[in-house]
Amino acid sequence: MSSTLDQDPRVIAELGGVRGVLAEYRQRLRSGDVGQLPVMVSLVVIATIFQVTSDGRFLGPFNLVNLTLQMAAGGTISIGLVLVLLLGEIDLSAGVASGVCAAIMAVYSVNVGLPGPVAVAIALAAGAGIGALQGAWSTLFGIPSFIVTLAGFSAWGGGVLLVLGRTGTVNVRDAFITELAGTFLTGPAAYGCAALFAVYVAIGPLVTHRRRRAAGLTVPSLAFAAVRAVAISVCAVVAVVALAADRGISLSLVFLLAAVIVMDFVLRRARFGRMIYAIGGNAEAARRAGIPVQRVRIAVFALCSMFAAWGGVLGASRLLAVNQSAGQGQVLLNAIAAAVIGGVSLFGGRGSMWAALLGTMVIQSISNGMDLLSLSSGIKFMVTGGVLLVTVTIDSVVRRSRAAAAR
Amino acid sequence: MASPYRGTSDPAARRPLLELHGVSKRFGAVQALEDVEFSVFPGEVVALVGDNGAGKSTLIKIISGIYRADRGTIRWQGKQVAIATPNDSTGLGIATVYQDLALCDNLDVVANLFLGRELATPGGPLGVMDEVAMERRAVEVLRRLSVKIPSVRIPIAALSGGQRQSVAVARSVLGDNKVVILDEPTAALGMAQTHEVLELIKRLRAQGLGVVLISHNLANVYEVADRITVLRLGRYVGTYDARATSREQLIAFMTGAASNSGEVPTVSEGAIGHRETPA
Repeated sequence: MSSTLDQDPRVIAELGGVRGVLAEYRQRLRSGDVGQLPVMVSLVVIATIFQVTSDGRFLGPFNLVNLTLQMAAGGTISIGLVLVLLLGEIDLSAGVASGVCAAIMAVYSVNVGLPGPVAVAIALAAGAGIGALQGAWSTLFGIPSFIVTLAGFSAWGGGVLLVLGRTGTVNVRDAFITELAGTFLTGPAAYGCAALFAVYVAIGPLVTHRRRRAAGLTVPSLAFAAVRAVAISVCAVVAVVALAADRGISLSLVFLLAAVIVMDFVLRRARFGRMIYAIGGNAEAARRAGIPVQRVRIAVFALCSMFAAWGGVLGASRLLAVNQSAGQGQVLLNAIAAAVIGGVSLFGGRGSMWAALLGTMVIQSISNGMDLLSLSSGIKFMVTGGVLLVTVTIDSVVRRSRAAAAR
Repeated sequence: MASPYRGTSDPAARRPLLELHGVSKRFGAVQALEDVEFSVFPGEVVALVGDNGAGKSTLIKIISGIYRADRGTIRWQGKQVAIATPNDSTGLGIATVYQDLALCDNLDVVANLFLGRELATPGGPLGVMDEVAMERRAVEVLRRLSVKIPSVRIPIAALSGGQRQSVAVARSVLGDNKVVILDEPTAALGMAQTHEVLELIKRLRAQGLGVVLISHNLANVYEVADRITVLRLGRYVGTYDARATSREQLIAFMTGAASNSGEVPTVSEGAIGHRETPA
């Protein structure tokens, strides 16, 4: 019998307290999983810099609520991009897809007069259709997704103009749609959300711990999970207190968080998520293992565009209108940058759904902070580009060191 | 370890798991295989040797369902079968470990062992995996094969070449497979790792599996094989008892320097399949 097998590296956390947690993290670093630490650190640095330079306005309740409103649309689009990037593919059309779907929603709601929920459902279906079409085209004809979605980028951009028609702008008045971003949770509802979130963070490791022990498997120390749960809960409560001091938690932020949590669960625990990671890691191995690679690819592209559509809907809800610039400009690049800054590898197979949230937080913080300082868009774009370059470089360097350390 | 399948009078052990008779395959003008005979018994290692272009890969691909034989019969546990697709082959209980191993570097050992056949949580929501059950079975199978890896929860990327090979082999054992085909399992490995994999092959044999080993390395072949089937230029040269055939003779058969003119006994299929051998 092998003695080495009886040990699980996660058990080293039982070395005790901080040292064990650090040892575990080092182990993960060595296997190429940098986790969420870099993005957390950069968030703290960014927040500190802007807090100081903006004379305390950056972390003020009013600005934080604005930040959450700015995050919702981009973060939702980023969820889809994380999925596609995990496959080792890319979707360049996500930005304009969000625009054209928002335009479709606006036209069905205002010009056709359909009720809000129906218009939103049509927009989501259109998104799924766009993604399925692009995914199928790329898969069945063997064309790189870069090219197919580049074509989509141009085509759906034209779609926005055609759908909106001559006026170029449609103002959304339907209460259901405007309340998606216009509703704020305060008081008990807000704290209830924070409590729910904390319970979710704490309960996962507990359940796993109990089931592993019941099955006679090695159990990792609960210390790490406890520290993590407490830290996240404290952050959640602080955030809610800060947000409640102004308008409260935007419903669109709740939607973003819920989508991230659900998709994170799918990625980690569901067979579908495992298939995505497997295809991103080694598509040929996945195919030989009997995974329906083509169908999974098409499904992921459909999901990506559907999240883009939902992001477009949330954006329209916030701006109360859809115009010709919907989904243009920085929307796509910010969504990709967010995913990559959050630790999703461009080479596929590595990263977590939380990248969509944390990466978007970084991108929007930079953008928001520079607006507070009244810096020009030129500087804003250059700084965003710099941050993106640094994070991709970290990904690449980690990858190389992992390849070197693999044997 | 002595195999319970060796030296017994168990009729199941005397019957080959897999038999190929008169198998031929032609690609256009090239006769890749002609009248090849091949068999594997439970609890034995059959080496498949031959120079480049001898037809080893073609034969393996016929067994694993990637190619279809033009002529010849395939029997599985005595019954004639048709292997038209890879699924037919795996359905019978034949697992093939190709040289590239087909592992996902980014996933951990458990995930790789269960790739494509993850266990679902009983009573849980649709498609949710039962990580605990998978890890238990993974640990079980790795222990049974004495595979030494630091943990079942580290990504394949962090393992050595020998450990990766072991994981790929363990995966083939995890299903209810009876025959495991190993394509050049030691080609890219150092000495210690090669030893590790050869020991693993012996343990597969001890567990009653039929192992088909394709290797260029005759030292490895002699270390683990019970019988050796030689192919040359797509033709079946013969199947020899590994203990009764010298390396020089084997090389002569492989290169065609000697035809089998009686100085070395050709063993018919199964004649030594259940012979007692020191493991």
